[in-house]
Amino acid sequence: MSEALVAAEAAGAGVEPVPGASGARQFWRRLRTQRAALVAAAVVALLVLVALAAPLLTAVEGQDPTTYHPSLVDSARGGVPIGSFGGIGGDHWLGVEPQTGRDLFARLVYGARVSLGVALGATAVQVLIGVVVGVTSALGNRWVDQLLSRATDIIVAMPLMIMALALLAIVPSSFPRPVLVALIIGFVAWGTIAKIARAQTLTLKELDYVAAARLSGWSTWRIARRELLPGLAAPVITYAALMVPANIAIEAALSFLGVGVKPPTPSWGQMLTSANVWYQAAPQYLLLPAGALFVTVLALTVLGDGVRTALDPRAASRLRVGTGGKREAKAAAEKEVES
Amino acid sequence: MSGFAGFALRRAMGAVLTLLVISVIIYVVFYATPGNVAQITCGPRCSPEQVHQVAQQLKLDDPLYLRYWHFLEGILVGQDYSTGTSVAHCSAPCLGQSYQSDQQVTQIILTKLPVSLSLVVGAMVLWLLMGVGTGVLSAWRRGRFSERALTGLTLAGVATPVFVIGLVLMIVICGQLELLPFPEYVSFTDDPEQWAWSLLLPWFTLALNEAAYFARLTRASMLETLAEDHIRTFRAYGVGERSLVGRHALRGALAPIIALNANDFGSAVGGAVLIETLFGLPGIGQELVHAVNVVDLPVVVGMVLVIGFFVVLANAVADVLYAVADRRVVLT
Repeated sequence: MSEALVAAEAAGAGVEPVPGASGARQFWRRLRTQRAALVAAAVVALLVLVALAAPLLTAVEGQDPTTYHPSLVDSARGGVPIGSFGGIGGDHWLGVEPQTGRDLFARLVYGARVSLGVALGATAVQVLIGVVVGVTSALGNRWVDQLLSRATDIIVAMPLMIMALALLAIVPSSFPRPVLVALIIGFVAWGTIAKIARAQTLTLKELDYVAAARLSGWSTWRIARRELLPGLAAPVITYAALMVPANIAIEAALSFLGVGVKPPTPSWGQMLTSANVWYQAAPQYLLLPAGALFVTVLALTVLGDGVRTALDPRAASRLRVGTGGKREAKAAAEKEVES
Repeated sequence: MSGFAGFALRRAMGAVLTLLVISVIIYVVFYATPGNVAQITCGPRCSPEQVHQVAQQLKLDDPLYLRYWHFLEGILVGQDYSTGTSVAHCSAPCLGQSYQSDQQVTQIILTKLPVSLSLVVGAMVLWLLMGVGTGVLSAWRRGRFSERALTGLTLAGVATPVFVIGLVLMIVICGQLELLPFPEYVSFTDDPEQWAWSLLLPWFTLALNEAAYFARLTRASMLETLAEDHIRTFRAYGVGERSLVGRHALRGALAPIIALNANDFGSAVGGAVLIETLFGLPGIGQELVHAVNVVDLPVVVGMVLVIGFFVVLANAVADVLYAVADRRVVLT
């Protein structure tokens, strides 16, 4: 126990806490040592690829997500897909939707576009607002700081789901829905990023190299852009990586409630709403979006954990030692000494 | 102790101030939108006369700050308004009137609130027990197979959206295995036993997701405490492992658990909306989704304010508890 502890502390002490431009390689090296994170990264890459290639994939299948196929469902039995396993076959790889006969494979892969697109868009908005508010708050005078900090506190205090739900009520339905959902999630949940950015900026601002920049007459804006932003990257990326799966879940939840992404645009959450009553007649209609959501959120969460470990190795090594898995801790410590 | 009382008082005043600011923001966002507010508030089926009447009731000719003041007055002391033929009174916490269902918003909320409170409070008890228990167990069994299994399980719990868990549980337990009937809410005052049975699955579903977060947090902060010097000293003095984990390390995890519980109260309320919709529980969440779908503005605004009130309250209580649990916190 104690050997590993000492080794890990020693390794931790030599670690650069703020990876700058040269930290990118260090980051990859640390991420590579985590098997779970690598698998997760591969899954995420595959999902992104599927989302980007959705038109291509459906073209290969010869289907599209919105065409109705009334001939493929049995209207006498309430719209159950004709054929075994919900109509799975060469034409429809994953079967068709009950009642409408729309192609499930096409809806699933186009749903990946909506899910990932909305989540990434929302995260981008959150990071943008959060960093601007946090940095301004830390660099501004007392009043600016007070005002922005209180505003941040209030944003953090407001329950995200409820606010997003309520805001969706008043925007006219002509507004493109996926963009709207991303914007609303982004505008309601930037508080934590702002807090992180403010705290980090307050720390960085006292460092010598920032003082040197200020003494050589750089403007505040230039200091913020050139000297502070690179230092903010690590904590902000860490948190943003964990926001993406959360945003996916929120989009799915809003669409599940019928107020998020609306038909005919496919979305996994929305598919689950209508699949609810079909679990016996067409189980894959329920299992596919549920499985897709589960795998996506899980992979992104594991990847987020890996990113955190790679960016904050001190906390990670402390935890690893704490697990008491002696072999694991030793191996980790040795690895860090080697690198 | 006066320092502590002062701290609690300041925290309470801060909470009131936060609520006021939230109410201003919500009022401005919803009642200063471009477009015909009276028409939107009244609903699509309103005649021009009704719209005109609504515009008068909301005093839409007044400047915005006066309208807000009027709204606030309604909440604090109540207000009178004309229903066309007679004058009706809306007593103290008056949140306005739903023109689509012809009911006072406060009345709607009061009939729905017990359901939502039953759901969230019951689930909270369950998730604290399950989450902290799992966290302690995996910190105690650290490095062994059972810890790995628990860690994997909690990760899956964190990664599964709450409505997916609920949907799967409902289909498997109620649909396939027929262990429980499909939940149908029974009021506590009608039949406490049936009430508990009807809420069993919703409680469990809501708790599962949150419990996973708590298990991760409990485990992480206990492990952090276990790696500290004073624990090494205890161990050197021959304090047993069970006492180290169960007493000393758990104590270190207490403050973060309280802090997370307050933070997660908001997200649990969001989860409750999903669960109420999924299981058909007639609570605030279900009503809110309905109100959003039919654009019933007064109900939406009232619900958001009431939920905001509970979340701010939970945060304030947690801050005070946090200070009690962790003496190192500087009271400011």
